[in-house]
Amino acid sequence: MPAHDVLIIGAGLAGQRAALAAAESGASVAIMSKVHPVRSHSVAAAGGINAAISVDDDWRSHAYDTVKGSDFLGDQDAIEVMCSEAPAEVMELEHMGVTFHRNDKGEMDLRAFGGASMKRTAYVADITGQAMLHVLYEQLMRHHETVARYEEWFTTSLLRDDAGNCCGAIARDVRSGRMEAFTAKNVILACGGAGQAYKPTTNGLIVTGDGIAMAYRAGAPLMDMEMVQYHPTCLVETGILITEGARGEGAHLLNANGERFMEKSAPNKMELASRDVVSRAEQIEINEGRGVGPNGEGILLDITVVPRKRTLEALREIVNLGKDFAGVDITREPITIRPGQHYIMGGVKTDVDGRTAIDGLYAAGEVACVSVHGGNRLGANSLLDTLIFGRRSGEHAAARAASMGMAHVDANAQLLADAARLDSIVARPREGRRVSEIKSELGETMNKSAAVFRDEAGLQGALETIGRLRAESESAWIDDRGTVFNQDVLGAIELGYMVDCAEATVVAALERKESRGAQFRTDYPERNDEQWLKHIDVTLGDGGSPEISYSPVTITQWQPEERKY
Amino acid sequence: MAEAHNRPPEKFTLRLRRYDPESGGAPYWDEHTIELEPHRSVLEGILQARDRFDGSIGIRCSCRQAICGSCGVRVNGQPALACHTHLDAAKQSAESGVIEIEPMGNMPVIKDLIVDMDAVHWKKIQRVTPWLLAKQPVPEREYLVSKESMVDVTQTMACIQCGACLSDCLAMEVDPGFIGPAALAKAYRFVGDPRDDQQFERLNDLAQDPQGIFDCTHCFKCVDACPKGVNPMGQIMRLRRIAIGDQHIVDQNNGERHEAAFTTLIRDNGLLWEAELLPRSYGGNSWFGKFAPAAGKELLSSLPTAIKGMLRGKMTIMGVLKPHKLPSQDLKAVQAIYEKIESRPERYELNLYITGEDEDADTASSPASLEGSASQ
Repeated sequence: MPAHDVLIIGAGLAGQRAALAAAESGASVAIMSKVHPVRSHSVAAAGGINAAISVDDDWRSHAYDTVKGSDFLGDQDAIEVMCSEAPAEVMELEHMGVTFHRNDKGEMDLRAFGGASMKRTAYVADITGQAMLHVLYEQLMRHHETVARYEEWFTTSLLRDDAGNCCGAIARDVRSGRMEAFTAKNVILACGGAGQAYKPTTNGLIVTGDGIAMAYRAGAPLMDMEMVQYHPTCLVETGILITEGARGEGAHLLNANGERFMEKSAPNKMELASRDVVSRAEQIEINEGRGVGPNGEGILLDITVVPRKRTLEALREIVNLGKDFAGVDITREPITIRPGQHYIMGGVKTDVDGRTAIDGLYAAGEVACVSVHGGNRLGANSLLDTLIFGRRSGEHAAARAASMGMAHVDANAQLLADAARLDSIVARPREGRRVSEIKSELGETMNKSAAVFRDEAGLQGALETIGRLRAESESAWIDDRGTVFNQDVLGAIELGYMVDCAEATVVAALERKESRGAQFRTDYPERNDEQWLKHIDVTLGDGGSPEISYSPVTITQWQPEERKY
Repeated sequence: MAEAHNRPPEKFTLRLRRYDPESGGAPYWDEHTIELEPHRSVLEGILQARDRFDGSIGIRCSCRQAICGSCGVRVNGQPALACHTHLDAAKQSAESGVIEIEPMGNMPVIKDLIVDMDAVHWKKIQRVTPWLLAKQPVPEREYLVSKESMVDVTQTMACIQCGACLSDCLAMEVDPGFIGPAALAKAYRFVGDPRDDQQFERLNDLAQDPQGIFDCTHCFKCVDACPKGVNPMGQIMRLRRIAIGDQHIVDQNNGERHEAAFTTLIRDNGLLWEAELLPRSYGGNSWFGKFAPAAGKELLSSLPTAIKGMLRGKMTIMGVLKPHKLPSQDLKAVQAIYEKIESRPERYELNLYITGEDEDADTASSPASLEGSASQ
């Protein structure tokens, strides 16, 4: 049975950064991922990473923008940590080898991004996430003696000892089908969000809420789950993302009448208001009949106003995306986009060191909710979140490991139970529905009722649908009877993870009877600080149903005020 | 162009190469008919077949937008990302209208379309010390480096490690130990990075390695295969130029001498004088090269090939003794190219990643005159 000081589940930016930090702190580390690390969805982050590195900038300005972007739901102590540590973190990544774009003086160049009061986004063309992920993987290869890599291992559950501490995980080697128990003094969840609970979504097919659901099932509270970000610029059919960097470079949003409609809702920042504001403005245009395209459900993103040479150099990836996935040369004509599910601000509730409510269990990145994003995440703050809290989790877990012995836990019973669970899925009779049908209906339900605009009736309906889908998923059948690369059976497990995440989202959205950040309730259209300036926590109750509680929002320097862009 | 994207769904037949390692059986073909808009991707077609008809179809995939690098396959025999290939284009290039999808080549198949990247691709990547060996001391803030240098290495940073370039690498087919296009593109990412401190050591290792930079046969397959414009072969050629021209590395593999012999022969004659190439590559870059002991040994060992060539009429005595003759104005045109390139104060590295397809005409030297003088 493999045993490590720190076991990290998920190998995107947060997981790899945690692994590196823990290894450099002297811990023995294992990093496990259901895909090869460079396939992790951090790879798709395009636009850049925020840090107040310019001499004219101050991290407090970055922090204020983040607080305002969060619609004052973000915890200001955590935001201060993230923003004050950002410049050093970005420099460290530069020193590791990230090929950040330079200005004429040879310093890192910065681009404008939504919700930011000045240019503060460092970038590598529009492949920033890819460049950072690959450079971190280079570092993991460099540290191969202290970091064991379990690539293509799928985690089925977390291990806990008799005292309730997290002390490892059960996982399946995707390639061989073999199940194994891993013990560890600490476990760090870094396995991303739950975007695949929505259809369409910008998120990859692997983003299925695994870590959120596993922590929830182990008893950890989730927080801010109602806050689901719709990105303003996604391709209509496939949901593929066009980076905010396009608007950062100056692109316009136009309705069917050719109007820059953002002047109605954000006369100062226009297209560079925060994402919730822009997505809502777009959805209003579409709902009121000023959309473009065959069904009037699109908005035009006009990048032709950006100099062509600049577009080819700095937005290379979306030039190709436009051509390959929409048949449009974005340097010559506008491209049709619409809001699409992109990110969840909520996740497993943690403190600034990544600690969850369960001893020995940490979380970092999109799987976690610190909460630095509150009601709405600013563009280019997610990469920062992964690095800062990935590193802090890794450091803290390594320090904790140094002061304790290896857990003694008999994992055999749980190992056998998980193996039996997978076997029983494989053996299910071909009755009822396929996993893929249920997943599709779940995604469509969420995208209809827990999207940019929400109301009581829609959310109630969604909750009932999710209940039915949960029951159906428990007997859903699959085709693959094998053990080698049986992706089918893992899909059934993932469906269960997504159902948990969707349910928590809808329950929290029903609970929050106000409009704040990404949550806009048409039946409660105003922000209500008196009653709702607080986090909603969702915990799995004894009866298997979600239970609601509240936790306060930490306010340090910035009192809530009206939010205008 | 956008109108093409409003076409209604059509039926497409996908012919998938399947392999179940647990069955004990051989690989087999499996056909499914799916229905999607013609501009949707082959991956979406495969996923529809998987969702509707057979959940056991094995393929790695995630992002659906050509950035995660998971879904490298062969479509109608050509390496590609399944998510980056349109159904209508794939149908057009298919012989019978049936789109054939197979696993990538040069790597062992694990199941269906899933190949063992660890056994081949990632092992090769490890060989280039794939991390920055940063110049010391590390500055407090960022390294100050030119904008151009960072954009330049970003071309190879854009490699998504999908393996498409390895799939059809001809040199790897013959010599599986060849370090390969992806690893060498990765090597350029450090050699071209002004923050790296070990450029000479990196290049020297790759030049002395008999399966390193001089093992590439210049076939362009990787350039065609790459879905991200990384241009692996171009990077290999740049590694060679820097190794030879800037770092003056004389390698054990005669790569440096071979290149010198090649360019000299073409400069002097306008066309390659094949019989002189081998002795000069081993014996030294002049007519006397053939009398060096190293050249003699090589000439002797290639004698059976030479005799076979003569018997089949592919080689003549005159061809051995005298170079091909070129009209003098053509020879002058060839030599003018040499003069133009050599008169440049700095070596001009064409980076297609940055310039885009229809930028300034100044970017390339005159390809038309090159073609004209090379035709026989």
